[in-house]
Amino acid sequence: MDPYREEILTHYKHPSNYGDLPDATVTVREANASCGDLIELSLKVVDAKIVGVRFKGVGCALSIASASLLTEQLKGKLISDVARMSERFVLDLVGVEVSSMRTKCILLPFRALGNALKTFEKR
Amino acid sequence: MLDVKKIRKDFPILSRKIHGKPLVYLDSSATTQKPRQVISAMDRYYRRHNANVHRGVHTLSGEATEMVERARASVARFIGASSSDEVIFVRNATEGVNLIRYAWGEQNIGSGDSVVVTMMEHHSNFVPWQQLAKQKGAAFKIADVTDDGRLKIFDESGSMQQVDGAVVGTLEDLLDERVKVVGITHVSNVLGTINPLSDIIPLVRKKAPQALVVVDAAQSVPHMPVDIKRIGADFLVFSGHKMLGPTGIGVLWGRRELLDAMPPFLFGGDMISEVGLSDTVWNRLPWKFEAGTPNMAGMVGMEACCQYLRSVGMQLIRQHEQELVSYALTKLQVFEKEGFLTLYGVRDASVRGGVVTFNVAGVHAHDTAQVLDSEGIAVRSGHHCAMPLARRLGVVATVRASFYIYTLQEEIDRLADGLLKVRRVFKV
Ligand SMILES: Cc1ncc(COP(=O)(O)O)c(C=O)c1O
Repeated sequence: MDPYREEILTHYKHPSNYGDLPDATVTVREANASCGDLIELSLKVVDAKIVGVRFKGVGCALSIASASLLTEQLKGKLISDVARMSERFVLDLVGVEVSSMRTKCILLPFRALGNALKTFEKR
Repeated sequence: MLDVKKIRKDFPILSRKIHGKPLVYLDSSATTQKPRQVISAMDRYYRRHNANVHRGVHTLSGEATEMVERARASVARFIGASSSDEVIFVRNATEGVNLIRYAWGEQNIGSGDSVVVTMMEHHSNFVPWQQLAKQKGAAFKIADVTDDGRLKIFDESGSMQQVDGAVVGTLEDLLDERVKVVGITHVSNVLGTINPLSDIIPLVRKKAPQALVVVDAAQSVPHMPVDIKRIGADFLVFSGHKMLGPTGIGVLWGRRELLDAMPPFLFGGDMISEVGLSDTVWNRLPWKFEAGTPNMAGMVGMEACCQYLRSVGMQLIRQHEQELVSYALTKLQVFEKEGFLTLYGVRDASVRGGVVTFNVAGVHAHDTAQVLDSEGIAVRSGHHCAMPLARRLGVVATVRASFYIYTLQEEIDRLADGLLKVRRVFKV
C-alpha cells in the first residue's frame, strides 16, 4: 500500500497527543540509531490504567504517524492490556508496507512504549 | 569529456529496473557500482589462480602471490607512493584508522597531549581518536566548520569554545606543540567540501611540529588525482568499494619510518619472520601489518579498479563530477528560491566533490528518499555517519545524492523530477 496515503500524512502534519505531559508517571526517550530520530513518550497512570499520554520528537512521516495512531489507542487502557500489544498490531494499525529499514521507523514509538512499561514496573 | 554512455555499458547493474523504472544510482559516496572488468578479474582469480599466498612452493601459490603483490604495486603507483612497502592492505578505511590508533596511538599518546580532528569527519576518523584521547587522558579538540560547511582553518572568527566537554575552534587556534595527531578528511562525505590540504598540512607542520597527519582519503582517491608525495601527509586511508573495487579491501598508506617504528596491530601468521618459544621477530613491511590469510581476490579486484580508473583518467573524472555538481546545484537552487528545499554545503563547485545534500521543507529525509525510491532513484538519507557535523548544521538527517563516473546529467533531471513528486505527495 502507498506509504504516504492521506491518513498517514494527516497524522504526520497534525499528530494526536503531541506535546508535554507535565504530571507524567513515566517519561522515556527512544532513538533510532540509523537516522538519529528521537521520540519522547510520557504516560500518566492511575490505578493501573493509562489516563494520559503525550509524545514529542523529531521523526519521519512514518514514525510520527505511528506515534499518533498508537497513542490514540492507549488512553483508557489497562497497563496489562497494553503490555500484550504486539509489533504486528502496530504495523497493522499503521497499515503500510515498507522495507525492514522503514519498519524500524514505524516501530520506534512501540519500542518507546515497551520501555515506558518496563520503567513503570520497576518503580 | 568522459564518454559516460560507453562507461555505463561496463556496469551490469545499471541496466536494472527498480519498481519498473530505470535505476538512477545516486549513492556512490556510500559504495560504488562495479564494472565487469573488476568482477571478471576476481572471477578469473578464483577460477584459475586461487591458492594461499606466500607459503606454497606449488605453481598456483606462486601465481597467487605474484598477483597480489602486483596489485600492491599497482595501488602504490595509483597514489604515487614511492614504494609498495608503504601500502598496507586492510579491510577498509575504518580499519586503516584503527590500525594507526592501536599500533601508533597506544604508545604515543598520553595525558598532556592533544588530539585534533575536524567537525566534518566521518565517524571512522572521529570516534577512534575521541576514544583514544579519552582513554589516555589527552585533550580532544575539534576544528570547527562554517555554516556552509567549510573548515575554519585560519584564525578568522577566533574564539575557542568548550562544547559538550570538547574544545571546538579554528584549526590554527587548536594547533600547538602538544598536538600529537591531526585527523582530517580530504573530502567530506556529507557535503563534498574539498579541504585545501596544501594549506592545511604546512600549517600543521609549522604550528604543531610534533603532530602526525592522518588523512581520510575515502572520498578523494576515487574521485580526483591524489599524489601522496604532493599531499605530504603521514598516513592516508581509503576503501576499495568506494572506487569501483570490491568490498572488504582497503588501503593504509604510511611513511616508511613511521611504519617501521610501529609494533604490529594483529598477531599471527604471515606477519612474522621467525617465531621462537618465548619471542618472535616481525616480518618486514608491508607484511608486518597483514596477519593471517589476506583478501587475495579483493587485492586482485583493487588492481583491476585502479587500472580501470587510470584508463579513464582521474583528471577527467574530477572534471565530470565538477560539471555534474555545478549542474545539480543550479537546478536545486531554483527549488531553494521557491522555498521548498534547503541546500547544505558550499555553492562553489570548484571546491566541492560530486555530492549535493539537501532537505525538502517539512519532509523528513527518509520520506524524501522513500518517494525517490519509488521512482527508481537511489539516494541516501540520514546523518551519513557524521553526527557531529549534522548537529553542527542543526539537522537530524539530510538527503544526499552523490555522483560518479557513470552518472548522466539526465539522471540529475530525474532527481529534480522526483523532488517535484515529493513536493506533490507532501503538499509542500
Ligand atoms: C569520508 C569517509 N571516510 C571513511 C569512510 C569509511 O569507509 P569504510 O566504511 O569503507 O571503512 C567513509 C565511508 O562511508 C567516508 O565517506
